[in-house]
Amino acid sequence: MKRIISILLENESGALSRVVGLFAQRGYNIDTLTVAPTDDDTLSRLTLTTQGDDQMTEQMVKQLHKLIDTIKVVHLTEDLHIECELMLVKIKVADNDARAEISRSVEIFRGHIVDMTASTYTVQLAGDSDKLDAFIDAVREVGIMEVVRSGVSGISRGDKFLRV
Amino acid sequence: MANMLSGGEIVIRALKDAGVKNVWGYPGGAALHIYDALHRQDDVYHLLVRHEQAAVHAADGFSRSTGEVGTALVTSGPGATNAITGIATAYMDSIPLVVISGQVPMAKIGQDAFQETDMVGVSRPIVKHSFLVTRTEDIAETIAKAYYIAATGRPGPVVVDIPKDITDPSYKVPYKWPENIKMRSYQPTNKGHRGQVKRAVKTLLEAKRPVIYAGGGIILDNASEYLTQLAQQLNCPVTNTLMGLGGYPATDRQSLGMLGMHGTYEANTAMHHADVIFAVGARFDDRVTNDLDKFCPHATIIHVDVDPTSISKNINAHIPVVGTCTAVLKEMLSIAEQLELKPDAEAIKDWWQQIDQWREDQGIYTATRYEPSSGAVIKPQDVIKALYKVTDGEAFVTSDVGQHQMFAAQYYLFDKPRRWINSGGLGTMGFGLPAAMGVQLAHPDAAVACVTGEGSIQMCIQELSTCNQHNLPIKIINLNNSALGMVRQWQDMNYSSRYSQSLYEDSLPDFVALAEAYGHVGIKVTRFEDLEEKMRECFELKDRLVFMDICVDQSEHVYPMQMPGGSMRDLWLSKTERT
Repeated sequence: MKRIISILLENESGALSRVVGLFAQRGYNIDTLTVAPTDDDTLSRLTLTTQGDDQMTEQMVKQLHKLIDTIKVVHLTEDLHIECELMLVKIKVADNDARAEISRSVEIFRGHIVDMTASTYTVQLAGDSDKLDAFIDAVREVGIMEVVRSGVSGISRGDKFLRV
Repeated sequence: MANMLSGGEIVIRALKDAGVKNVWGYPGGAALHIYDALHRQDDVYHLLVRHEQAAVHAADGFSRSTGEVGTALVTSGPGATNAITGIATAYMDSIPLVVISGQVPMAKIGQDAFQETDMVGVSRPIVKHSFLVTRTEDIAETIAKAYYIAATGRPGPVVVDIPKDITDPSYKVPYKWPENIKMRSYQPTNKGHRGQVKRAVKTLLEAKRPVIYAGGGIILDNASEYLTQLAQQLNCPVTNTLMGLGGYPATDRQSLGMLGMHGTYEANTAMHHADVIFAVGARFDDRVTNDLDKFCPHATIIHVDVDPTSISKNINAHIPVVGTCTAVLKEMLSIAEQLELKPDAEAIKDWWQQIDQWREDQGIYTATRYEPSSGAVIKPQDVIKALYKVTDGEAFVTSDVGQHQMFAAQYYLFDKPRRWINSGGLGTMGFGLPAAMGVQLAHPDAAVACVTGEGSIQMCIQELSTCNQHNLPIKIINLNNSALGMVRQWQDMNYSSRYSQSLYEDSLPDFVALAEAYGHVGIKVTRFEDLEEKMRECFELKDRLVFMDICVDQSEHVYPMQMPGGSMRDLWLSKTERT
């Protein structure tokens, strides 16, 4: 089962490697990972997705919390949350039919064409991971040249928030 | 300007301000500025070892026997990597240490410089935390944080890696020691949740077949007194883990001895039949539980630990309490006093009757679990019994790893905490002698015995030289069976006695001559009738290191022994008997 874990940690060298190391040394894979400073630039917000059962996830949340550099850890998939991922796709558009098809798909998925050449479109799309997967399936036949996904960012719904 | 110090001077001054009196270490290029500052003062005493692994084990032994944070100082590259085994040993047993390592200058990091190793990277999975100091101005605060982190919460080793240019004598900055350390990202829980503690007390009071399962956390947190008080108030049996020996007096009637793989029959059987298990400062190690699915099928589990990750990691806790052993036990005592409830005296009486029966039938101290020694056949168990007798049970005993370690754990009855010093988690051969150096330094007048084997002792035997230089009169009790005893035992049990690489044949050194070559006293014992007398002779030489080389029976196995894949009570009691 897919799990989204969100962490506030000190924006210091080595902090990220400790987080990643916890997973690597147990043989667990991190499927996606995004990290950037928050409005307070001494703090980083990290969101990662991994696969695991309830017990493994609980243990990982506790282990992450135990790291000296982490300030707060929350298991987002445990509760109502919003997740969002950004994707850039470069697609081969050989002829007018292909251009029309891609434009239509981009409109249906509420994306944007952010760059073009005579033979390519670059599409930007944001949303949950399933939506991005569906877009890729929809345009696969036309000819995908490159896919870049940011990994999941997540935030809990309602009044709850993660802050120092 | 007042108090302008170089980085090297700051390191030493900070150690002094952290309360450090002694440091074990080994100099080298990247640490030389620090060593020069060390040379120009008298506050911090440095002991030169012969290998960095020993420096960390010695600091570790010092810490285990005193409760203070141990300190080691090494250079970059091979100095740092040699320290790794020592750090991993301390990490597995939650021992508070600060290991300061020199590093190549900042500008050379990442350039494959001479004696460069990414120490923070290499040590990352085996430290509680680590720091790479990048500015001279940060040294004092980083060292203060390192000692704070090492000693609080669940203790553990902290590495401070200091590039050489940061300690340059020509660059001086104002020195300031931070009196208070506050970290927003590190605030360990101390006091247990009151509601949970109350539930724990009630459950324990209502139990009909309770067992207290007490681990190394009791020792680390100096909680023996409270554990003993609670156990005696409840008239509850207590079993200690390998790391927890001495946490409850072993000679007390309520002590069941050690539990687990080589635990006593009565401890393991009582655990299996218990209706309430009160685990405190223990972590349900695989060497305790045996098969997790068959673990204590009737028990409600109360688990007190300072580290939330230890709770419900291997065995689900019905009543988890996060807090230090001392804080929680104290609170339990005060709640027990307020509650009207009393233990069910009738049920507890029946329970004791049952336990005493188990003890009488198969108890390790009441039944004869091995053929007696005679003539040229000395049983290793009898060596430990002689050691216990000669030292009146009052010695500090360090051990290495293997059969001798288990015999010492079983037959030396520890009544006090911090007397039994062994590498329980990592199982590091070579730990015993350097750890004994730390213990002897901390307790110069005490009898310190290093129980070892001819395999383990050779892994750090170079430290005999260190003991000579620093006058450490350790008593080495070498259970010499000319084989890797525990390996041989497993080969007997699981590999049809095919002794693959576990025998030394005629290659062992003359340990008596070796001890003498290092300036010590050597005593060889080959006959049982000489054992006790020679042991007395050994301990009468109070100011000398004595190496007792005792030839013991090679065929002896450690029993009881849990059967793989079984429950706690499924035991081999001897080579032919089982439960």
